[in-house]
Amino acid sequence: MGILLLSVLPFLGALLVACLHRTGRNGQALTAITVTSAALALLLFHTPGVMAGEVPTARFAWVPAAGLAANFFLDPLGLLFAGLILGIGLLIVIYARFYLAADDPMGRFYVFLLLFQGAMLGIVLSDNILLLIVFWEMTSITSFLLIGYWRHLPEARQGARMALVVTGGGGLALLAGMLILGSIAGSYDLTTILGSREIVQASPLYPLALALILLGCFTKSAQFPFHFWLPHAMAAPTPVSAYLHSATMVKAGVFLLARLWPVLAGTDMWFYSVATVGLVTMLVGAAIAVFKNDLKAILAYSTVSQLGLLTMLLGFGTPMAAMVAVFHIINHATFKAALFMTAGIIDHETGTRDVRRLGGLLAVMPITATIAGVAAASMAGFPPLNGFISKEMMLEQAWLTTWGGFGGLVALLATVAAALSVAYSLRLFVHVFMGKSKPELPQAPHDPPAGLWLPPAFLAFLVVAIGLLPALIAGPLVQAVSGAVIGFPPPLVELKLWHGFNPALFLSIAAIVAGALMLRSYRGLEPRWRTLPTIEAKTLFDKLVAAIVAGATWVTAALHNASLQRTLVVFFGTAIVLGTAGIIEGGGATGARATLPASPVAVAAWLALVGAALAVTLGYRERFLSLIFISVIGLVIALGFVHLSAPDLALTQISVEVVTILLLLLALNLLPKTPRQLSSARRHLRDAAVGVAGGGALGYSAWLVMTRDPNNPISAFHWANSYAGGGGTNVVNVTLVDFRAFDTFGEIIVLGIAALTIFALLDTAVRGASGRRLLAWVPDLVRSPERHPMMFVIATRLLLPFAMAVAIFLFLRGHNLPGGGFIAGLVVSIALLMQFMASGYEWADRRRSLDEHRMIAWGVLVASLTGAGAALFGVPFFTTGHDYFAIPLIGEVHLATALLFDLGVVLAVVGAVTLALAELSNVAQRAERLEKVDHPMDIDPSRGPEDRA
Amino acid sequence: MSLEFLVASAIAVLSAAGIYLCLRGRTFPVVLGLAMLSYAINVFLFAVGRLMIDRPPIYDKSAAGYTDPLPQALVLTAIVIAFGMTALVVVLALRTYLETGSDQVDGHPDEHASSDGDGPAEGDAAA
Repeated sequence: MGILLLSVLPFLGALLVACLHRTGRNGQALTAITVTSAALALLLFHTPGVMAGEVPTARFAWVPAAGLAANFFLDPLGLLFAGLILGIGLLIVIYARFYLAADDPMGRFYVFLLLFQGAMLGIVLSDNILLLIVFWEMTSITSFLLIGYWRHLPEARQGARMALVVTGGGGLALLAGMLILGSIAGSYDLTTILGSREIVQASPLYPLALALILLGCFTKSAQFPFHFWLPHAMAAPTPVSAYLHSATMVKAGVFLLARLWPVLAGTDMWFYSVATVGLVTMLVGAAIAVFKNDLKAILAYSTVSQLGLLTMLLGFGTPMAAMVAVFHIINHATFKAALFMTAGIIDHETGTRDVRRLGGLLAVMPITATIAGVAAASMAGFPPLNGFISKEMMLEQAWLTTWGGFGGLVALLATVAAALSVAYSLRLFVHVFMGKSKPELPQAPHDPPAGLWLPPAFLAFLVVAIGLLPALIAGPLVQAVSGAVIGFPPPLVELKLWHGFNPALFLSIAAIVAGALMLRSYRGLEPRWRTLPTIEAKTLFDKLVAAIVAGATWVTAALHNASLQRTLVVFFGTAIVLGTAGIIEGGGATGARATLPASPVAVAAWLALVGAALAVTLGYRERFLSLIFISVIGLVIALGFVHLSAPDLALTQISVEVVTILLLLLALNLLPKTPRQLSSARRHLRDAAVGVAGGGALGYSAWLVMTRDPNNPISAFHWANSYAGGGGTNVVNVTLVDFRAFDTFGEIIVLGIAALTIFALLDTAVRGASGRRLLAWVPDLVRSPERHPMMFVIATRLLLPFAMAVAIFLFLRGHNLPGGGFIAGLVVSIALLMQFMASGYEWADRRRSLDEHRMIAWGVLVASLTGAGAALFGVPFFTTGHDYFAIPLIGEVHLATALLFDLGVVLAVVGAVTLALAELSNVAQRAERLEKVDHPMDIDPSRGPEDRA
Repeated sequence: MSLEFLVASAIAVLSAAGIYLCLRGRTFPVVLGLAMLSYAINVFLFAVGRLMIDRPPIYDKSAAGYTDPLPQALVLTAIVIAFGMTALVVVLALRTYLETGSDQVDGHPDEHASSDGDGPAEGDAAA
């Protein structure tokens, strides 16, 4: 339980800080400090147990089907990193309170920082590699936010974006690698995977998994050639650099290498990829660091170099080297975070981080100088500090390593890198604190308030203490963590300052002497370095990103140039090609199923349909005529449904046909009637060819389907359960309101959304340019002198109650006989629309007591409540209940909850259809100027009796 | 001639006409084309349940047989949704016309004054 609390505490803290934005800077800082301290205390509470060999766990299923579980555990390796994250985190939180300027939003900073802290903790505590990935991605995102914290600075935004692209891209590779690793091991549980070393390394997929995982680790830990993002991330506030880019996030890659060491390490591939990349990174980073002038850039490249060192040690693949890596992780975290913080102090106090403008600060900033001096000396590897011990142990391991048959190669290069690190460490101290003081500084420097120097001072104290008493302070921890990394008890080695006269000592001395000499001749070396050809990684990166964007733009433009015609041709073409491929794959031969003979009536109807379709195609410019032909097609299809045992479809088709034609007529009233031709003859020919190809393919595949017997359709289930389970004999209706009620539910929502969109489009059409056009609209058709023919008005009014009765009848019988909610709703709509047509919009609108918006809403609500009602009886959503009731006089009545659902369908359909058409006629009404018509037959039902002369 | 052939060829004719009309340059034929395509697709879906005469899917213990009810249920909602879609597209076309004064699908201005020639220059933009 404690582990779970530990992993969520930072997130809760972030939430709390976000809620406490009124408490001001101190309140937020105090909250962050309290939360981090609490988490640290919780960790310390568990520490004795973990050191004694316990592994506290917390396990929760999350997505069991995907192997994703919220499993946490705290082993010594997790303990070490959690300690770094929370310990240095606490110091950073304190430091940041004094570092950030008055106009920097403090709350936002702490929220991001705590979110990051939680994500980091999640990585090191995860016992499930998928969960680990989730946290891993979260660190990428939060670090993006933190690097871009000063979002008004372009370099902060660019740096943040670059870090996100590189580490996020690596994260994708890592995800793929982890999925492969999990599938090899047969589990995503880390503990299981760590125990399947033989299976994993014997798998043919091992190289691929390793390459992908390493890609993730190397990008995260800024290994060559992905090191370039880290210096650009230094645009972040210094507390962020100190926390993310030295102590924690960049170590996540190293952490993962250590975490997966037992299962991945030990192969040649591991050694040559990991150790080589580490060694190269160590050299390149150190060389660049020597010649940088920005304090934070020096520290950034030195971090790159030190991370390379750690990677190299883990790459050696020996238990001893892994142990040295663990020790150096601790040491590096102490001295590097201290150095970052002192760099921040110098920046804060002098107003510059440029080494060339600094000098002689020892006299004015003695405290800062002492801290920086100790930390830099440790980084350079001077005795008696902790950096000396781990560097000497590193050189010893390098001495013992053979690379590709060359015995001394690794040791030589490692010594060169060590010499370079001596040079940049010394330069950091000598060029800043020694020498002449430069008078032209932006501010007169002095030591900062205690809040700024105490955190790094504590770290400097640790540097000395570990250096003097390594076995006492760090020994047990290193021993335990190394055991966790290598998977078995490590060789018993006592950490000590003095190792005696051995090769490593001489290499160490050589490095120090060479480094010091390098600094002495810095003035001569520097111009020569500048003349070396350099590759500006940022330029390359920017070019790469620009090329990718250009490629994407090109593809988009080629497929989609904002021309509907082009898009549709591509779309239809693709569909035709895929469909034809399907036909060919399926054999393409007519099946053996017996066909039905066609009656002369059927042939006549077919002729009517084909003729009408041809008429529409050829004469589509005569728009009114086309509508008449379209309705012929709809009618024939409805008749076809009648003939082919689909009474429900016939009823639906015919009623939809009516409303569709009405709608198109209303719209066409305001559109041009016979516009001139646009396309060229060639274009017509091409489109006709596409049409014939598509029609042929679709028709032929229909033929192929119909001449084959069905392949065990699921409708047998529907047939068998319609009456027994759904309580209705009309299987189509039972399917709609019961078996597939969820589908129907979705459909009425879509219908409602379409109607509301139409309302939004038309209700605003009376304003702006569209409103002016409506006002200027001139009727372009001959008008009937009778706007509202008397016969039509009377007939529709008389028909209204009958139509309603028919609708109710269709609705009630729908569960057992053809009918149902959709059809009933359409019939009601038609009856209402007839009133609009016959008596005019105004007359009908005034008598309309229904609000279509509410009807749509009620329809969806009734349907969903019916579905949810099932939950009251402990059955799944949309399960129908039904029973027989005896009602006096009427007799036994069968009622199903499906009827209620169907009522929702009726409401939604009536609401949607009426809303769409009423709104359209409303717009048309506004366009018509109400001119006085002096025709004896003209009546306007909307005028009251008193209006009539 | 079999019923199956009539239905299949009707699907072919309707969808060919639908595709051709969808590729026109003005909005109204595109709406007509969509309506035709909807007919074609609905009939196609229906035909997947195979053709049967006098076998409505109304449950009866003594029924000699029944046609597949599932495609019918799917097509029933598809018909209604097709109406919703047609309504939306035609209103969109209307609003565009009112807003821009042009009923071309790509929103190009329409010079009503120009002669009734072969239309503007070749190319996707105008055609």
